[in-house]
Amino acid sequence: MPSKTIKVDYLARVEGEGALYIKIKNRAVVNVQLKIFEPPRFFEAFLRGRSYREAPDITARICGICPVAYQMSAVHAMEHACGVTVDGPLRALRRLLYCGEWIESHTLHVYMLHAPDFLGYESAIHLAKDAPEIVQRGLQLKKTGNEIIALLGGREIHPINVRVGGFYRVPTKQELFPLAERLKWAREAALETVRWVATFPFPDFTQDYEFVALRHPDEYPFNEGRLVSNKGLDIDATMYDEYFVEEQVPYSNALHSVLKGRGAYFMGPLARYNLNFDKLSPVAREAAHTAGLRPECRNPFQSIVVRSVEILYACDEALRLIDAYERPESPAVEVQPRTARGYGCTEAPRGSLYHRYQIDDEGVILDAKIVPPTSQNQKTIENDLYRFVPRYLDLPKDQLTWRCEQAIRNYDPCISCATHFLNLQIERE
Amino acid sequence: MARKRRPKLAVWKFASCDGCQLSLLDCEDELLSIAGQVEVAYFLEASRATVKGPYDLSLVEGSITTPHDAERIQQVRRASKFLVTIGACATAGGIQALRDFQDVKEFLAIVYATPEYIETLTQSTPIAQHVRVDFELRGCPINKRQLIEVISAFLHGRKPNTPPHSVCMECKRRGTVCVMVAHGTPCLGPVTHTGCGAICPAYHRGCYGCFGPKETANTGSLSVWWKHLGVSEADLVRAFRGFNAYAEAFRQESEAHAK
Repeated sequence: MPSKTIKVDYLARVEGEGALYIKIKNRAVVNVQLKIFEPPRFFEAFLRGRSYREAPDITARICGICPVAYQMSAVHAMEHACGVTVDGPLRALRRLLYCGEWIESHTLHVYMLHAPDFLGYESAIHLAKDAPEIVQRGLQLKKTGNEIIALLGGREIHPINVRVGGFYRVPTKQELFPLAERLKWAREAALETVRWVATFPFPDFTQDYEFVALRHPDEYPFNEGRLVSNKGLDIDATMYDEYFVEEQVPYSNALHSVLKGRGAYFMGPLARYNLNFDKLSPVAREAAHTAGLRPECRNPFQSIVVRSVEILYACDEALRLIDAYERPESPAVEVQPRTARGYGCTEAPRGSLYHRYQIDDEGVILDAKIVPPTSQNQKTIENDLYRFVPRYLDLPKDQLTWRCEQAIRNYDPCISCATHFLNLQIERE
Repeated sequence: MARKRRPKLAVWKFASCDGCQLSLLDCEDELLSIAGQVEVAYFLEASRATVKGPYDLSLVEGSITTPHDAERIQQVRRASKFLVTIGACATAGGIQALRDFQDVKEFLAIVYATPEYIETLTQSTPIAQHVRVDFELRGCPINKRQLIEVISAFLHGRKPNTPPHSVCMECKRRGTVCVMVAHGTPCLGPVTHTGCGAICPAYHRGCYGCFGPKETANTGSLSVWWKHLGVSEADLVRAFRGFNAYAEAFRQESEAHAK
């Protein structure tokens, strides 16, 4: 067989701008490049000199789809630097806000970005012509997530109510009641979503990954926990830089993150699920079981089922949090800046999001480092394609190309995130 | 009567966070109805199917930060009958325009070895600095109600109704007590373009200007009031150097306080 090339100049149904290049020679894949050409925006550079209070609002602008994740990692890192712990109802409200983002972001991906691949549609808008009630269900489910964010955060995209120490204003219990009604519907819709995606055809593609995610002793991880893996990693976020390293590749505007001495790893819903199955609520575990998932799942194409299970969990958890909520006396705890380094790692919809800041005693940021999940998954995505493509070499090229796109979308890559952080240590060839 | 051809809609992305085009997908109640009124011809975040131009309505998100994008926006303009910029990046250069204020020579020398790159990368510029823009929608992010208003106005051949006055007017309409007068909280509301719905003051927080300057913004006067509240020069610079830092009125005011 002569050599052939698969090229996708603009990857669709991903967030941001990337391209794919695969070179095949004598039925072997000799080169895979996930190219990220989204222009860099230098966030770490211009965070220097800003106030520690501004970090949550500025870093939110790295990603319009998961701004809450950036706000959460930023406030945790700053509170860590300042020696402050936010607990009780304020912590619960942060968790509720994160539930909203998981519901919104996951539902967007499941219904609008990924499901069309499995069903052979170009988009959810095309799918809606044949199955309007399904797409409507997805849109209303997504809207429920957005309603949580809009109520707690002020608006869906780039919420304004998050601050270091807590919030500017906290809701009354009465204000949360309408959300609870809506969430009861959403929990049912999420259950139907799990059942729906479980019927999709999944290629048999089980791989031996190193999954990395937060793990917390008492709960499915959002804001806190230790970074663990299925291959022995178990560290505090403060140790992150000792275990993970970023490598430069010439064809991409984003750095590749690897585990030192171990290589590629896998983050996101599938990793969280494998490492925290026992922390899911009973209704989510039951739904996973009925969908044919075992506590261990190593097929990335089934991530759409796992993502749906996490939507269900987030609805269930949001209801629990609203039920237990008592309005705190103060919307925030007091924070005094001091010269220190702070670390924060929280679970963005797409995986662990790491922030590190050095601030001075007036709270001015001297140094910032941000590692988003997509840059951490890049190498694993390429590895998947090396192994996946040889099985489908006889497909017509357009179908093979679509298959490759689908394999990339397993990871819900967020390319705007992955590129923002291109920083000062770049060499050009 | 023969049905008229549906107008072709395209959505383009330059340097940005994706949030403004996501606003279209966030119109959960209206999305399918919009998709019935227009032909979604080019919207990569939503669909891998693309239709060739020319496009009747182009929504442009993001700022221009690379030579390649400076070329691409020219192509987008040529392929578009009506071009609308959505959001602070496309309209004012966005948060990434903060690089425009730095002495970037030193760090660009470390970052980029290719000189022809440097010139463009030192600046993040709004779309209107490169091509003719038919309408600008403000906000970081845009307000999805305003986005629907723009699309709807386009479909009906009328001017979009997006008032240019300050956030203060919106607070009064909402019945929000003025956070600056009542609580002494510094607020950019008096100089900021309305459109967000005056969210921050309703959450007991001062406006941080994410919709950029209103028409005839008296930023100098507001800075005097902020200083009465004890705000430092450094914090004034930071306040005006936010998500619309390179918008004329905010840029001038921050430069007046920068050392």
